[in-house]
Amino acid sequence: MAMLDRRQLLLSIGAAAGGGLCVGFSLDAQARAGAEAHIGDYVIVQSDGGVKILAKAPDVGQGAKTLLPMIIAEEMDADPSRLTIDFAPVDKAYGDQSVGGSTTTPLNYMPMRRVGASVRALLVQAAANRWKVDPAQLTTQNGAVIDATGGRRLTYGALAADAAQLPAPDVTALKLKDPKDFRLLGRDHGGVDTPKLVKGEPIFGLDADVPDLHYAVYVKSPVPGAKLISADLDAVRAQPGVTHVFALDGMDPGAGKLIGLAPGYAPGVAIVARNWWLANRARQVLNARWDDSAGAGHSTDVYAQKAKALLEAPGQTMASHGDVDAALAGSTKRVQANYSAPFLAHIALEPQNCTARPTADGGVELFASTQVATSARSLTAKTLGLPLEKVTVHMRRGGGGFGRRLMADAAVESAVIAVKAGVPVKLVWSREDDIAHDYYRPPVWMSLEAGLDASGKVVAYKARGVTVSRDGKTPATGAGVAMDAAPGLMAATSRTEQALIPTIIPTGWMRAPVSNALSFVHESFWDELAHAAGADPVAFRLAHMRAHAGGATAAGGEGAFDIQRLANVLEEVAKRSGWAQCNLPPGTGMGVASYFSHRGYFAEVAQVRMTEHDDWHVEKVWVVGDVGSIILNPINAHAQAAGSVVEGLSHLRCEVAFKDGKTVPSNIPNFALARMPQIPQIDIHFLATDHPPTGLGEPALPPLLPAVANAIFAASGARVRDLPLTPERIRAARALQTT
Amino acid sequence: MTIALKINGKTVSVDAPPEMPLLWVLRDEMHLHGTKFGCGVGACGACTVHLDGAVARACLTTVGQVGSREVTTIEALHEHPHGEALQAAWVAHDVPQCGYCQAGQLMAAAALLQKNPKPTVADIEHNMVGNLCRCGCYERIKAAIGQAAGVEA
Repeated sequence: MAMLDRRQLLLSIGAAAGGGLCVGFSLDAQARAGAEAHIGDYVIVQSDGGVKILAKAPDVGQGAKTLLPMIIAEEMDADPSRLTIDFAPVDKAYGDQSVGGSTTTPLNYMPMRRVGASVRALLVQAAANRWKVDPAQLTTQNGAVIDATGGRRLTYGALAADAAQLPAPDVTALKLKDPKDFRLLGRDHGGVDTPKLVKGEPIFGLDADVPDLHYAVYVKSPVPGAKLISADLDAVRAQPGVTHVFALDGMDPGAGKLIGLAPGYAPGVAIVARNWWLANRARQVLNARWDDSAGAGHSTDVYAQKAKALLEAPGQTMASHGDVDAALAGSTKRVQANYSAPFLAHIALEPQNCTARPTADGGVELFASTQVATSARSLTAKTLGLPLEKVTVHMRRGGGGFGRRLMADAAVESAVIAVKAGVPVKLVWSREDDIAHDYYRPPVWMSLEAGLDASGKVVAYKARGVTVSRDGKTPATGAGVAMDAAPGLMAATSRTEQALIPTIIPTGWMRAPVSNALSFVHESFWDELAHAAGADPVAFRLAHMRAHAGGATAAGGEGAFDIQRLANVLEEVAKRSGWAQCNLPPGTGMGVASYFSHRGYFAEVAQVRMTEHDDWHVEKVWVVGDVGSIILNPINAHAQAAGSVVEGLSHLRCEVAFKDGKTVPSNIPNFALARMPQIPQIDIHFLATDHPPTGLGEPALPPLLPAVANAIFAASGARVRDLPLTPERIRAARALQTT
Repeated sequence: MTIALKINGKTVSVDAPPEMPLLWVLRDEMHLHGTKFGCGVGACGACTVHLDGAVARACLTTVGQVGSREVTTIEALHEHPHGEALQAAWVAHDVPQCGYCQAGQLMAAAALLQKNPKPTVADIEHNMVGNLCRCGCYERIKAAIGQAAGVEA
C-alpha cells in the first residue's frame, strides 16, 4: 500500500473515532428502512434500485464530482444506468472536503475504492444472510448479487434495507477489484452536471436563491487591513433599493496570518439592497476614504529595483549538491541570464461570492462556491464565535477555482454581513473587486549561472532567486524559488539561493504554484545551455537526465521524484512531435520543455509561428504526461491537460501591476486571457506506468510556458526572459541578438 | 418603474429602473439564473442572450433599451431552431469544465448558426471570440458547434 494511501486511510479511521471501522461509515450513520437505505455515508439505495452516490469534494470544473462517485460505483458494481450523484453534506464524516494541488485522485482513489468495496461487501452479506449461504460463493454485477450455483440473483434495491442495518465490514478483509476488471474506470464519462449546464440550470454559487434574499457588495480598500477614515453612509442609505449599510472594523487573523486561511475578515462597508445592481450602484456615492499608508512603496517598479539589487549579492542557500563554486571556476564556458515573472490575477469566471442565511438557532447557513468546504465552515464558525454545529455549508458548483477558491474569504464575509443585517444575503464581488482583492500569483526574479565543461556538459548550475515575503523570513503563501526536481539535479553540481522582498500584497496559490513560473525560468535557461553547447535541446536534456538518473531517484520510494520518468515523457513527446525531423518554414519554430510538478511528469513541444509586428501564434502543442497506471476518466483527463495548455498561454501574456499596494483598477479587458482564435491544435498522450494514479489539475501547465518561449527563440532568434512575453520584448530581444 | 418585456415567449412586467441592466433583471428580479455575470462590461460574454435572435450582452443592455424586442435566454435555448442540436453536441463532446461560461457560449453559437448554418472554422472563431472560457474548453466548443452544424470544426 502506497505511503500516501495508508496515511489517508488512517486519518479516515481516526476521524471515525474507533478501531476496526471502515472508511465511509461514521459513528452516527443512520440506516433508514423504507424508501431509502443509507449504506454508510456515501451510498443511498432506493428500493427500486436507484443508487445515489455522494461526492465528498467540491467541483470547480476539474471533475471531482464525477470522478469520486465513479470510483465508488466501480467497486460496488453499481448499475451505472441507475446512478444519480449529489454533493455530500459538509460534515466531519467526509474528512477534509477540499480540492487543490492535484490531490483529489492520489488522496481519494484508494479510500473511495474501499468505500465502494465496503458497500458491496454489505450487500453481498445481506444476500448471503437471506439465502443462508457463504458470501464467498456470491458475485456482483451491474447492481445485483448473484449466486451462480443456486441460479438466483437479488438486486441491490431488494437488499438495500438489510444491508444498511449491517455493521461496517472489516476494512482489512475488503477485496478490491483487479484494475483489469474495471468496467467504469478507465472509460470516458461525461461530467455529471453537463446536462444541467447546457440548460442553464442554477447550480453555481452565484445562482443560490432563498426566500427574502437580499444582495450585497462589500467595499474595501485593496490595501490589506486599511481602516476606514470616512464614508458617506447616509448618502448610500438614501439610494433606491438599499436596505442596510454599515461599516465593519474587520477582524485581524493576527500573527501574520492571512484572511481566508485563518479566522478573520477585512474592514469594509457593506451595502445591502433588494437586488445586486442597486447595491453595487450605491457604492458610487459612498466616497470611502481609507488609511492606505501601509501600502506605500509596494509597487511593481520599486520591487523590480529591490530585486535587481538583491540579485547582485549572495542569497540564503536553500539547497545544494556538490561544490558549485569550484565547478563554475573550473568550467570551460559560463552562461548567465536573468529571468522574471510578474504577479498574476486568477480571474476565475465566476467572481467571488457567497450566500449566507442566518438560522433560527443563532447560526448561519452558507451556499458556497469553494475549493475548501471544510475550511469555509470552520473559519466562519471561528470568526463568528459559533460552535461548528451551528454553521452549515452547502457545496455549490464553482465557476473556476485555479487556487483562488482555496481562500474562504468571501464565505466568511457573507456570513458576517448576513448575521449583522439579520437577513439572508447574497454577497457578490464585482469583477473589479475580484481583481483588486485577489491572492495573487507571486512574482519571481532569478539570476541563473551555469558552467559547461569542454564536452558541453553542465557541471555547475547556480540559481539565485528573489520573491516576496510577508514575515521577512520565509516566502509568502504560494511563493518560492526552490529548485523543483530536475533543473538542478540534471547538472553535476547545483545551488539555489533565496532573497526576499517584504510585501503586504496578499499572495496565494495559482494553478501549479511556484512551478508555473520556475518552469519558464529553468526550462528556458536549459534551452540556452543547449544552444551554448551547440546541442539539440531534446538530446541535451536526455543526456543530462540519464547521467544523473541513479542519484536522482531518491530513496524516498513511491512519490519521490524519478528522473527516468521525466526522460521517458520527453523522449515520447520528441517522437510524437517529429522533433528530429522538423523542417519548418522561416518564422516558425519548435521548442521543448519538461517538468515535474504535483506528482506528474510532463514534457511538451510547441510549434510557434511569428506573426505581424513581432507577435506570435502557437500552431500546435504536443503533450506527453505520466500520472501513473491508469487514466480514470480519459475524456476529463484530456480536458484538464488541454485546459492547462490554454491557461499557460494566458500566463505568458498577462500581468498585474501595483502602485502603493493597490492594483491599477481593472477588469477583463485589461488582461490578455486566451481566446478561441489563439488556441493551438493540442495532441495529448499519457504514458501508463506502474505507479498509483496521480492528479491532472496542474502538472500539464508548467512546461507549456518554456516550450513556447523556446519555440519563439527557434522561430525568431529572440530570447525573452521576462514575462509577459510581449511583442515589445520580442522586438527588443531581436535587436540584441547575436549571430 | 414598470416595464413590459417579452422574455422566452412570454410578456412579463418588471419593476425596474430603465437604466438597470437586463442581466440583473433576469437574475435578481425574474430569478432566471442561467445568464451569468462575469465582468459587467461586455468583455467576457457570460451574459449572452438574444434580442430578436441576435447576440446581445445582457450586462450592457438596459431594460429600457430592450423595447419590444424578444429576449431569449439559455432557459429557452431548447426551443431555438439550433438549440437541441447544440445541447446534444455539447453533451456528446463533454464540453464544459466548470461550465460557468457555457450558457453564453451556447447562446452565441445558436445565434451564429441561425445567421450562418454552415460556418467555416474562421467564422466560428470570429463569432465566438467574445466568449471567454477561462477553463480553456475552446477545442470542444468548436467541435460541438461543428457537430451541430454538420461541418468539420
